[in-house]
Amino acid sequence: MLCALCPLRVLEVSMELVFKRPECLIDVPFHFCPGCHHGIGHRLVAEAIDYFKIREKTIGVASVGCSVFMYDYFNIDVLEAPHGRASAVASGVKRARKDRIVFTIQGDGDLGAIGIAEGIHTANRGENITLIFANNGIYGMTGGQMAPTTLLGQKTTTSPYGRDFTYDGYPIRMAEMLATLEGSAFVARVAVNNPANLMKAKKAVRKAFQMQIEEMGFAFVEILMACPTNWKMTALEANRRVGEEMIPYFPLGILKERKMADYL
Amino acid sequence: MITRDARGVPSVVRFARMLQFVCGGSVTRTDTEKMLVRGNEAIAMGAIDSGCLLFFGYPITPQNEIPEYLSKHLPAMGGEFIQAESEIASINLLLGASATGARAMTSSSSPGISLMQEGISYFAGSELPVVIVNISRSGPGLGGISPSQGDYFQATRGGGHGDYRVIVLAPSTVQEMYDLTCLAFDLSDKYRNPVVILGDALLGQMKEPLLRGGYHKMELPPKDWALTGAEGRQPRKIKSLYLQEGELTEHNWKLHQKYERMKKEDVHFESLRTEDAQLVIVAFGSMSRVSRTAVELARREGMKVGLFRPITLFPYPEKVLFSLSQVVKSFLTVELNTGQMVEDVRLSVGRDAEVYFYGKPPGSLPSPEEVLEEIKKYMA
Repeated sequence: MLCALCPLRVLEVSMELVFKRPECLIDVPFHFCPGCHHGIGHRLVAEAIDYFKIREKTIGVASVGCSVFMYDYFNIDVLEAPHGRASAVASGVKRARKDRIVFTIQGDGDLGAIGIAEGIHTANRGENITLIFANNGIYGMTGGQMAPTTLLGQKTTTSPYGRDFTYDGYPIRMAEMLATLEGSAFVARVAVNNPANLMKAKKAVRKAFQMQIEEMGFAFVEILMACPTNWKMTALEANRRVGEEMIPYFPLGILKERKMADYL
Repeated sequence: MITRDARGVPSVVRFARMLQFVCGGSVTRTDTEKMLVRGNEAIAMGAIDSGCLLFFGYPITPQNEIPEYLSKHLPAMGGEFIQAESEIASINLLLGASATGARAMTSSSSPGISLMQEGISYFAGSELPVVIVNISRSGPGLGGISPSQGDYFQATRGGGHGDYRVIVLAPSTVQEMYDLTCLAFDLSDKYRNPVVILGDALLGQMKEPLLRGGYHKMELPPKDWALTGAEGRQPRKIKSLYLQEGELTEHNWKLHQKYERMKKEDVHFESLRTEDAQLVIVAFGSMSRVSRTAVELARREGMKVGLFRPITLFPYPEKVLFSLSQVVKSFLTVELNTGQMVEDVRLSVGRDAEVYFYGKPPGSLPSPEEVLEEIKKYMA
C-alpha cells in the first residue's frame, strides 16, 4: 500500500485469524456441563468435516444420550435414531445415499449396552460409515447410572458400592472387540485430556472420515471423555481421572488401519 | 474414482440408479404381464414396480419368499438388500434409508413385527414413510406358523408406544398383494407415515394369477424434507424428540389431524351383495375368502346374506358400515382369532344393530360350511 503523501512504502500489518469456530458448528453454546469432553468431540468432528469440505454432503445421526442434541449444534442435515440404533440408522442412510458422508456419535450406553448388536454387525458388514464412540463410563443424560464401560470399583447411582464383576461383569473394551472383525477398516482409541492426546485425537477423527471418503469401510474412533457432573468431581479432577484411571484400562492408539479396500 | 462393490457393480452405476429413484424418477411399471405367482412374490414384485430398491429384513416363516426374491433381484437393479442381524436392526436401517427420501420396505411375521414396534413408533413420530409387510403367524409367543388374524389389534392400534396410527392394508388375493403394495408406497409417501400390509400364511403361500404392472401412481408431494446433505440450503433435521413447552402437544395434534385426513380420503372396502341383505358378514383378508364362499352357499339356499370387506383396517370404514347398519340390522364378524375386529364393527354400526361373532383361534381354518351353519343361526 502506498501512502498518498509520502513516497515511502507503508507495510500493512495483516491480522490473520488463526482460531475460529468450524463452519460446521452453529454459533450457539453447548448444553454440555462444564468440564465435559463432549463439546471437544463435537468440535473434532466438525473440524474433520470442514477439513474435507464435505459439510454440504454430510448427514449426521444423533443417538440417544447427551449426544442427542447434535442437530442443535451441527450445521448439517441430522436424523435422530432410537436408543442404541444409531449405527443401524446411519448404515441405512449410507446404503440409500452412498454418495453422502454419514457419521454418528454414540455414547457408551447406546453402543456398548442396548445397541451392541447393531454396532457389531455394522462393523462386521463393513458399512462405510464413521462411528465416533463417546466413552465416559457412565450414563450421563439419565443421571449417572452404571454403563457397560464403568470401571471396576467405580461408584455410580446403580452401583452404589462400586462396580463388582461378580454382579455386574467387566467394563467392555469396544475398540478391541470391533478391531477383531474383518469388516472394520479403522479402529482407534483416543483421549482429549491433554494437548498431546487432543492432537492425536484430531488426527484419528480426521482419518476416520478419510477412510469413508476413500470407501475403505467401517471407521471407528473411541474417545475417552470426562463426565465431571456424574463422576461427582470438579472439571480438573475429572480430566485427571481420564489419564489416571481410564487410559490404563482403555489403552490409547490405533488398533487397526486398513491400507486398501478389500475389493480394489 | 470408479470403485466396485463386492458384487462388482461399479459405484457410478449404483449412484445413478440411486439418484433415479431418490429424485422420483419413473421406475413405475406401466406395461402389464400375466403370471402365476405366490402372494409373497407378488408383494416383492409390487415393491420393485413401485421403485423400492431398498429392502432390509430378517428371516422368518412364512414370509421368506419376499426377502429371497428381493435378494436375487435388487442388487442387479442397483438396489440394496441387507439381511440384518435382527428385526430391530431392519427397521432402523429403514429409518435411515427413508430419511433420505428413498422408498424402502421390510417384511416379517408376527414376532418380528413385535420387535419392530419401537422403530415403527419412531417412524410415526419422525413422520417418515415406510412399508412394513406382516405375513402374520399365530401367537402368542412363538405360537406357530399357521394362518392367524391375531395381529389385528397390534396393527390397527399403533402397536408401539405413543399416540399414533399406521395405515393398515388387508389384501385377500394374490393380485391384491401386488396392488396394495403399490398403493402402500404411495400412501406412505402421501402421509409420511408407516403403512402395514397385513396378510397371513394362506395369502403369502398360495399361488394365483397375477396381472403385473398397470398400477397408476398417485400425484405425490415433493420430498422437501429429505436429508440429502445441506447443499445450497438450510440444514434439515428429522427427529421425534420435543422437549420445549407446548412443542409435543402441537406435534401430537398435527399427527392426529393427519390420521383424521386418512379417514376422509383413504378408506378402502369392498361390498358384496349387501343391497338386499338381511345379514352382512364382516371379514378381512383370508377369512373374507372363506366368507365369500359361505355367502354364495347361503344365497343358493335363498338366504339374503352379503359380505362387507374392509381393505383398510386403519382407517377403518366406520362411516360406510354405519350407513349400512341403517338398513341391515344383523352383522356377523368372522375372524381367525377369538375376537378383535368385532370391536371395530360394534363401534361402527348403529346402536340398534346386532353384531355377532364367529371366530377360531389358530390351528385350523373354518370351512365355508361352518360359516354357513353360523349364518343359519341368525337367519332363522
